[in-house]
Amino acid sequence: MRIHFRIKRFDPTTDQKPHFKEYDVDLEPTDRVLDGLNKIKWEQDGTLTYRRSCAHGVCGSDAMRVNGRNRLACTLLIRDAGTKLTIEPLLGLSVIKDLVVDMDHFFQKYKDIKPYLINDDAPPRTERIQSPEQRAIFDDTTKCILCAACTTSCPPFWANKEFVGPASIVNAHRFIFDSRDHGAAQRLEILNQREGVWRCRTVFNCTDACPRHIKITQAIEDVKRALLFNRY
Amino acid sequence: MASAVRPSTYHKHDVVIIGAGGAGLMAAVQLAGIADVAVISKLYPSRSHTGAAQGGICAALGNSEEDHWEWHMFDTVKGGDYLTDQDAAEVLAREAIDAIIELEHMGLPFSRTPDGKIAQRRFGGHTRNFGEGPVMRSCYAADRTGHMILQTLYQQGIKHNLNFFDEFQMLDLLINDGQVCGVVALQIRTGELHIFHSKAVIFATGGFGRCFSVTSNALALTGDGVAIPWRRGVPLEDMEMFQFHPTGIYKLGVLLSEAARGEGGIVINSEGEAFAKRYAPTLADLAPRDMMSRFIYQEVKEGRGVGSGKDGVYLDLRHIPYEVQEAKLPDITEFIRVYLGVDPTKEMALIQPTAHYAMGGIPTDLDGRVLLNNTEVMPGFYAAGECACVSVHGANRLGTNSLVDLVVFGRRAGRHAAEFLRTAELAPLPPNADAFARDQVERLLSKGSGPTEKVGAIRETLQFEMFDKTGVVRNERGMREMLAILDDLKLRYQRVAIDDHTRTFNTDLLEALELGYLLDISECIVAGALGRTESRGAHYRDDYPDRDDQNWLNHTMVWKTSGGLRFDKKPVTITKFQPKERKY
Ligand SMILES: Cc1cc2nc3c(=O)[nH]c(=O)nc-3n(C[C@H](O)[C@H](O)[C@H](O)COP(=O)(O)OP(=O)(O)OC[C@H]3O[C@@H](n4cnc5c(N)ncnc54)[C@H](O)[C@@H]3O)c2cc1C
Ligand code: SF4
Ligand code: FES
Repeated sequence: MRIHFRIKRFDPTTDQKPHFKEYDVDLEPTDRVLDGLNKIKWEQDGTLTYRRSCAHGVCGSDAMRVNGRNRLACTLLIRDAGTKLTIEPLLGLSVIKDLVVDMDHFFQKYKDIKPYLINDDAPPRTERIQSPEQRAIFDDTTKCILCAACTTSCPPFWANKEFVGPASIVNAHRFIFDSRDHGAAQRLEILNQREGVWRCRTVFNCTDACPRHIKITQAIEDVKRALLFNRY
Repeated sequence: MASAVRPSTYHKHDVVIIGAGGAGLMAAVQLAGIADVAVISKLYPSRSHTGAAQGGICAALGNSEEDHWEWHMFDTVKGGDYLTDQDAAEVLAREAIDAIIELEHMGLPFSRTPDGKIAQRRFGGHTRNFGEGPVMRSCYAADRTGHMILQTLYQQGIKHNLNFFDEFQMLDLLINDGQVCGVVALQIRTGELHIFHSKAVIFATGGFGRCFSVTSNALALTGDGVAIPWRRGVPLEDMEMFQFHPTGIYKLGVLLSEAARGEGGIVINSEGEAFAKRYAPTLADLAPRDMMSRFIYQEVKEGRGVGSGKDGVYLDLRHIPYEVQEAKLPDITEFIRVYLGVDPTKEMALIQPTAHYAMGGIPTDLDGRVLLNNTEVMPGFYAAGECACVSVHGANRLGTNSLVDLVVFGRRAGRHAAEFLRTAELAPLPPNADAFARDQVERLLSKGSGPTEKVGAIRETLQFEMFDKTGVVRNERGMREMLAILDDLKLRYQRVAIDDHTRTFNTDLLEALELGYLLDISECIVAGALGRTESRGAHYRDDYPDRDDQNWLNHTMVWKTSGGLRFDKKPVTITKFQPKERKY
């Protein structure tokens, strides 16, 4: 079937500001939106620029706004997206070209919350023991693929780019609640600051946007509770 | 229009690592704090395809039942149809145990047994007591083991504050008088070239499944790091050995991991028959991948296929309870729901074999040092992971053994490089170090005249024909046709023109360069497969259906020369296990 794409384009070498360009593509209902972009790029207009790699929702490259919602182009099928698609880059990050946004700021916010196991004890000869119940507490937040769909759908982040953002809180949660980790206090201190978790207004946009179905708002609540009840 | 050409930016580091997947990062982490390391990756590290690995990583930990590294070694050798170098298989199986413990200590969130140890499950081709029956050896983190390995290693890289050059695409390897001394890379965001000058270089650029139309591999897996050294005179080993995974989503190729069969999934033909046990009575649906793919091919050929082209079969998970599917196979069942639109607890999933894994690649010794020929290494040049060939997977890789390969041989390459750097000198750059890369880029960026060809059209033909003629089943006629097609495609490639002539984030340019790598690699695959007049592991020829140990118990080596491809053989290392017929 014939699908109409309206894509927000911006080429910094020639454009003062972004503009929309339109394309018609023949696609199957079971094709991915990413297949549509590829078809445009490969058959009609090689200048169309976007990131992509895995093509099945595990690498986090192709988060973008499709009809006003943050989606991964590779996990959204045409039959669910409709016949008229408006595609724009993620909001709140500066645009490098077309659908490619500057991810450095996002990754810096991730690095800021010390996303690695902190435990200076000498490890045992075999694995550290962790019960399935202890492991289950942070299972959900291990799924994050750093696609930025959540953070760039978050109104407090749009208003204040220094807010750590939901993705960083998710990744802090992954370690704070890992029984093997000793860095909870350090991370909670960071998240307790002005640009930390308290900026979250529980809008739920992040949870709706997450392609990994992570219960982000829940994770943020867990962190807020840890702060309140541990009195850091 | 392309703006004025700027001179290349110069960087100096002790060691540059190309690729930030499991292999590159494992090597990098070994060097942290010891040397000045630069990690160059065309993708953000967390986007590397290691993150797609679902099933697990094997090691004879024996957490759930008795197991021994010798059994793992045996399975690896037998799985590889005896083309595996047994010294490498021994290193793999022995060091897997300790490497996985190291990953756990780094924070990898493995699934756990009731008593809190790393959980393990069955996986195709992994057996107890030298082939008696399946064993629980695959360590896993639900069905996103690769994701967790990639995350954990990237996190270690952040912890150690490594120099990451994200979204830099390597275009050339620098060699001066036989001594490797760095790489040239394009900064994707600016289109500028950068020269990285170093004492050692480690290649970890992953596979090249994009030679084929139906593949589980990412769009970025175009074999850059395999083609580039080859163009510079480095040989490639066993390129004809390419694995087709039996359970890819029909048409799309997206992988449904063997974990699905490990948890009890069964493959079914159009008559509703669970046919695997007819071919492999002992292991049935847990038979190794190459065999399962051929069983499917045979069923399809005999008219028992399903799907629009009658060239697929079903994967049945319906008897696996919903709770088990959600706990152990959440991603796989999600793929089935999203891409096939069916509920795996109620309906079967339509599948077909998908191009999955390159056993061949840049030849290395046990420390990841790249071989120049059968006896000499290239000092300072290392390769690890899917782009390399140690050769631990022989003619067919067992499930989970790639992730083991990344961490075991990535670690060895990193450690050896650390040793090497203690005494190594920095070789001077060759004259006009960036000239070759610059020419390639400027030629594509400038608008030529005369009739032109499009990247997309050439690539589509290449991928379709490769899957058809050099796929699960091969023969002389098909491969000769393929070589002729390749000749034509290479001619057309010389006239390739792109639409985007700017320097900022020019993915049109990058795809054109990547197509060149795919064409070179495809030629190595086809010519190697045509030369090997036998069937072994993943390489199956219906005109030579038997294994021929008399003539072919050796590796294929291929060099690029001005007169075309040059082939040679390299002996297989056999230590503990004499070749036997491979039956399951
Ligand atoms: C869907 C799927 C599931 C799998 N499941 C399993 C499993 O369960 N168990 C198992 O053992 N194996 C599995 N495998 C195989 C295994 O995942 C891969 O073989 C392995 O992850 C490859 O890792 P790598 O580090 O070699 O390369 P990759 O992880 O692919 O990384 C390659 C890196 O090289 C970089 N790169 C490439 N070219 C360039 C260039 N020109 N310039 C700069 N950087 C470059 C990329 O950016 C990337 O960082 C699976 C594979 C697939 C496709
Ligand atoms: S939490 Fe979800 S939406 Fe946010 S970055 Fe991670 S995967 Fe993407
Ligand atoms: S391309 Fe990897 S998530 Fe879409």
